[in-house]
Amino acid sequence: MSDSNIIPKWLSVGVIPLMNLFLAFCVSGLFIFFIGENPFKAIFVMIKGAFYYPGAIGYTLYYTTNFIFTGLAVALAFHARLFNIGGEGQAYVGGLGVGLVCLIFDQHVVGFLVTILAILGSVIFGAIWGIIPGYLQAKRGSHIVITTIMFNFIAAALMVYLLVNVIIEPGQMSPETRDFASGVGLEQIHILAKYLGLEMAMSPLNLSFIVALFVSVGFWFLVWRTKFGYEVRSLGHSETAAIYAGIKVSSTIIIVMAISGGLAGLVAINELLGVHNKLLLGFTAGYGFTGIAVALMGRNHPFGIFLASLLFGALYQGGTELDFEFSSITREMVLLIQGLIILFSGALAYMLNPLVERIYIKYYGNYNNA
Amino acid sequence: MKNNENKGGNEAIASLPSSTESAIELKNITKRFGHVVANSDVNLKVRTGTIHGIVGENGAGKSTLMNILFGLYKPDSGMIFLNGQAVDVNSPEKSIALGIGMVHQHFMLVPTFTVLENAMLGNEGSMLLRSGEEVVLDRLKGLSNNYGLDVDFEAIILDTPVGMQQRVEILKALNRGAKILILDEPTGVLTPQETIGLFDILRSLREQGVTIILITHKLKEIMSITDTVSVMRGGKVVADFSTEKTSPEELAENMVGRKVLLSIKKPTLKVGKPVLEVKNVSHESKDGVLVLKNISFDLKEGEILGIAGVAGNGQSELLDILSGIETLQRGQITVNDKTILPFQDWNSKKAREFGVAHVPEDRHKRGLVLPFHNYENSILGYHRNKNYSSGFLMDKRKILNFVDDLVENFDVRPRSSSISSGKLSGGNQQKLVLAREIESNPNILLVGQPTRGVDIGAIERIYEDLMKLKSKGTAILLVSVELDEIMSLSDRIVVMNQGTIVGETNSSNATELDLGKMMSGLEQV
Amino acid sequence: MLESFQIIISLLDSTIRIATPLIFCAMAGIFSERSGIIDIGLEGKMLLSAFVAATATFLTGSPIFGLFAAILVSCSASLIHGFACITNKGDQVISGLAINILASGLTITLGIALFSRGGQTPPLASEQRFMPIDFLFLDQLSFVPVFGELFVEVISGHNILVYLSVLAVFFTYYVIFKTRFGLRLRAVGEKPEAVDTAGISVTKMRYQSILIAGMLCGLAGAYLSIAHGAGFGREMSAGKGYIALAAMIFGKWNPIPTLLACLLFGFLEALGVRLEGVELIWIGEVPVQVMQALPYVLTVVLLAGFIGKARAPGAIGVPYSKEG
Repeated sequence: MSDSNIIPKWLSVGVIPLMNLFLAFCVSGLFIFFIGENPFKAIFVMIKGAFYYPGAIGYTLYYTTNFIFTGLAVALAFHARLFNIGGEGQAYVGGLGVGLVCLIFDQHVVGFLVTILAILGSVIFGAIWGIIPGYLQAKRGSHIVITTIMFNFIAAALMVYLLVNVIIEPGQMSPETRDFASGVGLEQIHILAKYLGLEMAMSPLNLSFIVALFVSVGFWFLVWRTKFGYEVRSLGHSETAAIYAGIKVSSTIIIVMAISGGLAGLVAINELLGVHNKLLLGFTAGYGFTGIAVALMGRNHPFGIFLASLLFGALYQGGTELDFEFSSITREMVLLIQGLIILFSGALAYMLNPLVERIYIKYYGNYNNA
Repeated sequence: MKNNENKGGNEAIASLPSSTESAIELKNITKRFGHVVANSDVNLKVRTGTIHGIVGENGAGKSTLMNILFGLYKPDSGMIFLNGQAVDVNSPEKSIALGIGMVHQHFMLVPTFTVLENAMLGNEGSMLLRSGEEVVLDRLKGLSNNYGLDVDFEAIILDTPVGMQQRVEILKALNRGAKILILDEPTGVLTPQETIGLFDILRSLREQGVTIILITHKLKEIMSITDTVSVMRGGKVVADFSTEKTSPEELAENMVGRKVLLSIKKPTLKVGKPVLEVKNVSHESKDGVLVLKNISFDLKEGEILGIAGVAGNGQSELLDILSGIETLQRGQITVNDKTILPFQDWNSKKAREFGVAHVPEDRHKRGLVLPFHNYENSILGYHRNKNYSSGFLMDKRKILNFVDDLVENFDVRPRSSSISSGKLSGGNQQKLVLAREIESNPNILLVGQPTRGVDIGAIERIYEDLMKLKSKGTAILLVSVELDEIMSLSDRIVVMNQGTIVGETNSSNATELDLGKMMSGLEQV
Repeated sequence: MLESFQIIISLLDSTIRIATPLIFCAMAGIFSERSGIIDIGLEGKMLLSAFVAATATFLTGSPIFGLFAAILVSCSASLIHGFACITNKGDQVISGLAINILASGLTITLGIALFSRGGQTPPLASEQRFMPIDFLFLDQLSFVPVFGELFVEVISGHNILVYLSVLAVFFTYYVIFKTRFGLRLRAVGEKPEAVDTAGISVTKMRYQSILIAGMLCGLAGAYLSIAHGAGFGREMSAGKGYIALAAMIFGKWNPIPTLLACLLFGFLEALGVRLEGVELIWIGEVPVQVMQALPYVLTVVLLAGFIGKARAPGAIGVPYSKEG
């Protein structure tokens, strides 16, 4: 994927992606219209749902947190020209890390320490689920797209097995672990606000969001300011040049996939340490796949990923509102919009380039000659 | 019959009586890619049943012109006439229907298919393969016997030698009824024997009325097989000749425009002790072909050792091994008194630590990460250096200071640290790569094809820089397919052919003729 | 003894039922990927066509009509894929993924809008489905020991689409390896330049291939909702498209081995269901999840070159561009 040489950057990085997004929304609107509802009303309802009600923003940012983690996970791999579709599975297995740490230590060790260890657990377990496909790509030449897809399913089977047969709370019917001990977990923001004397509506937004912001900054440093980031980007742009520069291709791939998996694993801290307080079935709910849309829209840059995550956070939260306001459209509408965004911002990302180039040249002449 | 044709060919091309005798006529063809003009107002006439040569340096626009004729590219303006009729060749499909066949420089064969499957592709004889195969095989066998195109129809392309692959390409074109055959640099990958065989085939094709266009930059081939020849330079046809009435010198002059004799002052310098010793190095490629056989030489301080040879005779692999890109398999290398043995930990990183810098043959694939900014490319391979980094982090300010000096001192234009290197011209890209490698203060510099696709101005600059480096005592290994370059820069010349060193000479008493003979493997010194 | 024979018979019977959509999809995958286009979107196309088949059948009462509607919609999804990654040279994996997610969202949204049943379509009556076909001479054959029973229970008594899927395998094999179209299709997936310079349009070849893939996915979807099932349920494809993808890789992009891989994966699933709660001697209870994960694990192991080497078509995933 390369950007155009003919038009200035503000057009290719700013305007065209927005136009793609606009197209995705237009087509979504057509579907809503086709169903017999008013698309503008749907947008209004979603915006209200995402920002207006008490706690709505908290919910939006809570979803945003998940998308930042999975978006960064996909983006880092993209920088090395690796397509990590396995964010879903890595997040899921990251949850296993959180669950195991908490279940093993929470009765014996102080809650704060358990929380720290659980965060590490999410990263390490997620990383392991990324390292294996990374290793298979680097050393055995298996296509990482296929392997990560397979690993999503293997993760799902593994987690069902463990939750149903092994770490389920005895006597419990639904496949989930016991609650983690009190004192373990990441505090929700509205509770923290209460300590500070502020009144905030209840929402699942928790300290993971702050973690996500720090991780975003760290991501930027890693990719654009460190030697490792330099090597990753060299490899992503040109493997032959990377080899020439003495960069070890296979170890770089494996490390990238480890970090990528670890980032995806962090979804578990938002979901399990921040909200559910136990390990349960299917908590990843497709966030890993949404991360692909987020990375594509955010153009693999943490700031873009933040904005895209915010958009998807708003879509997810606003989407729940659709259930209440409409009889014939539901939150699954968001999946449709998500699919269209991946289509237009990802697969068709450069569809508009020739058109915009032609218009630009017509009015301003060639950018590079100017 | 043949004499008559040749006699016709001897007439000055411009005074051909009418266009009906010409198989192909191109009028005022122009083709741009972005703002690069690849072909500008090209006129060309080729008489039926003759072999017409098109010569020119790399980038002169030969391949573009032929791709237009074959319908792969669309010209921006101009007309194409076949047998006097104006035609619109807008796709290979159309051009094939018009009887044009093309043998590309890089073969267009499906590697996993058999020879037969490849040869029949596009004219399979029937909807069903089994019944089609019988018809086509008969036809192909006829063609094969007729023109001496000896192939094994059952063999898988992957397992066949390049010479046979080329014959398959020709068969493929003939199978589709080609009456006009374009060959783009057909001998680049052939051994001398295979070249002789190919030329025999071309002659027999001509005898049976096929019109052939031969694109090459090898003058010897033009002189030995063509009837007429056009010279291209800078996207234009600058001269047409009847082959009998011209000489290699005249053609060469036209190829380069004014005869550029880059006079290079070789600093007279006492060469010092050997810093690079290569002993009995052999190498097997991934396909199991022995590409280097027992290579031994040494390189001394303040010396430029030129490695001459036709492309693809092991030079690239040699560079790859010396620079650490490839693992050493057999033999040994001593770099600044440190010995590297087979399958030891030897890589580009280590090579740089040992003082070996490398200007790679392909700057697009290796020397530069094209989308990177100049400042990022200015440290490619040296990014771990303490000068540009502290701990994990890179020091952007120091890198920017460094690149500002670099583009200034080595005249990289535009003098920008932040432009992406992919937007620089070939010459400036090469200057950037060379600058980076020289600035690393190597005591061995490996240079591959330093002036490939580089304009004259930049060439002079690059030669100067190399000489300056030499006078500082750096040992330079120069690999080039340009004989002039090797002869004018090197102190000593080693000639490679089919993976072995076939000769060595001092550049002062080397002649182009001797070197040429060695390069073609005809003569061993 | 008799009981275990019965178990085997019923296992084989459900193997075939489970394998049918896998076979259609895997053959679709072969057509697409042999021409150089990665098809992650098998899952989405199957889901879409399952929904459309059920909806159209419910609305018209005719399963034939439903079948054609399914094929039509699946082909449209193929065309979107083609527009994105053949015409616009977009990323094939991203495009396929978009189709899958789009299919999830679209089927549920439209399902709820049309039928207000939480994304399900109303159940179909048996005359609105492709029902099992009993072969002739069944009664006579059932007296033949072993073979007779095998024939009656396993071979006979499936719906028409099951038999069609077997036909699809031979169709795929024949077209790909025995026809001019197949030769060109394989060439375009290995080395598109060779096809282009032979005067054959790469674009046209690839569009044709993915349209055939679309048709086959349409059959798979129809099988799910109007033959095997009696109506559409949300996410009813349930990852079968991905298993088919795995089977295709396992079969090394060749129709007959791929058929065997589909049957193997179908058998594993049937066995998993069968073994649930059963204590085996020596092993103990085999968790059903092991059987579910096995196709994916096997594919990963195969891809890693630990059992033979799966070699993908040479030009797969790379958009074809003349001037690049």
